[in-house]
Amino acid sequence: MTNMSFTRRGVLGAALGGAAVMASGVRPVFAQGAPIKVGILHSLSGTMAISETTLKDVMLMLIEQQNAKGGLLGRKLEAVVVDPASNWPLFAEKARELISQHKVSATFGCWTSVSRKSVLPVFKELNNILFYPVQYEGEESERNVFYTGAAPNQQAIPAVDYLMSKDGGEAKRWVLAGTDYVYPRTTNKILEAYLLAKGVAKEDIMINYTPFGHSDWQTIVSDIKKFGSAGKKTAVVSTINGDANVPFYKELGNQGIKATDIPVVAFSVGEEELAGIDTKPLVGHLAAWNYFQSVKNPVNEAFIKSWKAFKKNDKAVTNDPMEAHVIGFNMWVKAVEKVGTVDIDKVIDTLPGIEAPNLTGGVSKMLPNHHITKPVLIGEVRGDGQFDVVWQTKDLVPGDAWTDHLEGSKDLEADWVTLKCGNYNTKLKKCG
Amino acid sequence: MRILALLRGIGLALCLALVALPAAAQDARPLPDEIVTRFLADSFGDTEAAIGAVAASGAPQAADMLQALGDRRLFISASAKGLFYRDGAGKGFDARTGQPADVPADASAVRLNNRLRGVVQAALGTLTLLSPDPVQRLRAAESVFKSRDPAALPAIEQALARETNARIRNVFEEARAAIIIADTKAPEASRMAAASRIAETGDQDGLALLRQLSAQATGNLKSVIESSIQTIERRQQIRQAGQTVWFGISLGSVLLLAAIGLAITFGVMGVINMAHGEMVMIGAYVTFMTQEVFRARFPHLLDWSLPIAIPLAFIITGLVGVLIERGVIRFLYGRPLETLLATFGVSLILQQAVRSWFGPTNREVSAPSYMSGSFEFIGLQITYGRLWIVVFTLVVFFALLLLLKATPLGLQMRAVTQNRRMAASMGIRTRFVDAMTFGLGSGIAGIAGVALSQIDNVSPNLGQNYIIDSFMVVVFGGVGNLWGTLISAFTLGIANKLLEPFAGAVLGKIIILVLLILFIQKRPRGLFALKGRAVEQ
Repeated sequence: MTNMSFTRRGVLGAALGGAAVMASGVRPVFAQGAPIKVGILHSLSGTMAISETTLKDVMLMLIEQQNAKGGLLGRKLEAVVVDPASNWPLFAEKARELISQHKVSATFGCWTSVSRKSVLPVFKELNNILFYPVQYEGEESERNVFYTGAAPNQQAIPAVDYLMSKDGGEAKRWVLAGTDYVYPRTTNKILEAYLLAKGVAKEDIMINYTPFGHSDWQTIVSDIKKFGSAGKKTAVVSTINGDANVPFYKELGNQGIKATDIPVVAFSVGEEELAGIDTKPLVGHLAAWNYFQSVKNPVNEAFIKSWKAFKKNDKAVTNDPMEAHVIGFNMWVKAVEKVGTVDIDKVIDTLPGIEAPNLTGGVSKMLPNHHITKPVLIGEVRGDGQFDVVWQTKDLVPGDAWTDHLEGSKDLEADWVTLKCGNYNTKLKKCG
Repeated sequence: MRILALLRGIGLALCLALVALPAAAQDARPLPDEIVTRFLADSFGDTEAAIGAVAASGAPQAADMLQALGDRRLFISASAKGLFYRDGAGKGFDARTGQPADVPADASAVRLNNRLRGVVQAALGTLTLLSPDPVQRLRAAESVFKSRDPAALPAIEQALARETNARIRNVFEEARAAIIIADTKAPEASRMAAASRIAETGDQDGLALLRQLSAQATGNLKSVIESSIQTIERRQQIRQAGQTVWFGISLGSVLLLAAIGLAITFGVMGVINMAHGEMVMIGAYVTFMTQEVFRARFPHLLDWSLPIAIPLAFIITGLVGVLIERGVIRFLYGRPLETLLATFGVSLILQQAVRSWFGPTNREVSAPSYMSGSFEFIGLQITYGRLWIVVFTLVVFFALLLLLKATPLGLQMRAVTQNRRMAASMGIRTRFVDAMTFGLGSGIAGIAGVALSQIDNVSPNLGQNYIIDSFMVVVFGGVGNLWGTLISAFTLGIANKLLEPFAGAVLGKIIILVLLILFIQKRPRGLFALKGRAVEQ
């Protein structure tokens, strides 16, 4: 009984509200057509919430801004937010829910590689679009996925080149430290092959893996110190992910490893992660990204301003994966406007070649292999938790899906425009 | 090579400056304009040249300026076409003249990279060898040891002659030896003597230096260097063993701290409390909030925020514990499976509540000054933070032991857990005691959170990292036995650290778990099993 009346009251209220809107003359701007739905597939609870929640927020902000500009094709954009709760199989279920139930026109989501691998079959089966915003290990190119984060040649390799250069300290001895899962293992495999090819001796490379959330770094940090005292300049390449970074950096600071002695370059530490650490002992340690909040140009300043206003927090920070979503979203909007429909196949075919400004002052382009062009920046940690850019590539670097430094992958080519294939073997001249 | 040449230049200038020092102090002539233009160019190459020129200028403000540059307190202003710096207290100076001045609003800090930071340190080292501040002298000696600039040798000799502090003397001597041994033009005999001098007290850095030189050295010198390397290596090996044990003790104390509350709720009461980790997490957040209040209201007392957070964390998490016991657990005594599920639910609720309230990102809890950095103790490098945690853990442990053994509440707790009906017949309010015991266990978990905020992330997931380890410690030590928990925590900590260098962190953890499973097969009740009627129930 109560239920009934409640519902009835609800309907009545909505009707009244609608009438009030009409009567007061504030007409909805989006008169024609149902809203275009955009899926947001980021963990809002569980271990990955720490990184993914801000990506959900940035998507909501972009959609709000687009609606303020009059929506897309005259229709309103509507965000559909689901929470896969850092649970990899749940990512696949939620992706299915977004596509089959909510009929989204594109999805922006995932952080870890394992979550991306988990949703791949769903996007292929139901034919939809996924924009993936995080730097990853490469070795993949799918028709339904657009990779707006960095491939290894857009982050790892340039970072190592920098450390080998004069300004980077001419490192001769290398520690590759990572968390024990697919991204660090693949990246380190590529880096090891690259270093060996550059003439670094096998005994000058130390590879170390730790479990997720590792918190006792005493032994490893003291091992790094020992490894670094062999009389050759040593550098650490860190693919340590997530929560384990804070205790790692705290231990580095406590054991007095200074960046001038052994610099650490990290691939997964951004402004967001540094917000939880007192960075004064870490000044000079490095991170390689395609974007830093401290980059000075009008586009970035406007973005930071609107982000702080959206979060209603003057201390809110921006980071690289957020920029990737900004680029990805703008590319998708342009593609839809160009082709005049949200039809999945047409949008997928239109996206390669679409250009959108990135926040570092350049214009990124979607490539036939579904990766984008980006600049590579090396930043140094500052005492206030931000980065100073100390080096950057002159031109934008095109993302390479299949690395040239591993056997079995160097002959592969991804091209969805002419070859229509994600792993074309140039030697055997066939796909797959 | 260019750096070395530059350093040599700096050193030479310094010698001149030392001679000319009284004169320079009398008439403070401004720095050449060229230096300012170079800094204004804001390119790393120009900055490098400018640093060299500043160090060589002999200007009295040179050391302050370079110190400011290293700390991002040296500013360039395009509008004023000038160079400014602030001292440690934030007072502004015009770098050209060294006179007090206001830093313009558009001023931006001069950027450095690691290579330049090394150049700054080396230049500063040579400039501050004679500083009246012993900390600065020590730092200067260390940077000279690293730069090994032969031109700094006269300055070192001069500093050595008047140094009285034994520790700094030692570093000066090492630095002098490092300069001599690295100087290929020095006579071989003195280079050999220098190698032996480094072997005497040298550590990791000395080893690095000798290894680097042994590749280039020949003949007698090479063999002396090789034997020096061996001397240091032998010493390092003994230190390494000591270091591993210390790491083990430190890890063990963290395990103990996390497990000690569980030893009460699970060990003494028998409640499988999956929300234990969240109590630790709440304690860490209480620390964070206390520190925020201090930061905003009493910034000069910030170092005290941690001791004050301890009782606060105990009270707040203790209250949360009492609430959970009264609200959930008391209905489930004697039904372990339901308790497990219910407390697991509570743990998820608490996590998500904290996540919605504080946000999913890490919160920064800064280390008070007495917990930062490290010191050397018979060759072992011991970090203050870890040392305090070990001390703190032992204090908490013995305080708890005292509470259980020597207070009426402790007596009642033991009575109720050993024989509830008998205790009730003696007039003990068993329900009240239940709530108090659970509150005590939770409160101690909260205290653990205060300490763990110093070494781990303060995030909603904090507790999850410790729950499995805590159960492991309590089960291995023998449920219901506090001493067992102590010994088990340190055993697991040391075993883990002994395994880690050989097996790696991932495999090491697996081996420990396998060993533990085998051990539990043999002794299901853990290391120190309780005997008597309580166990049979």
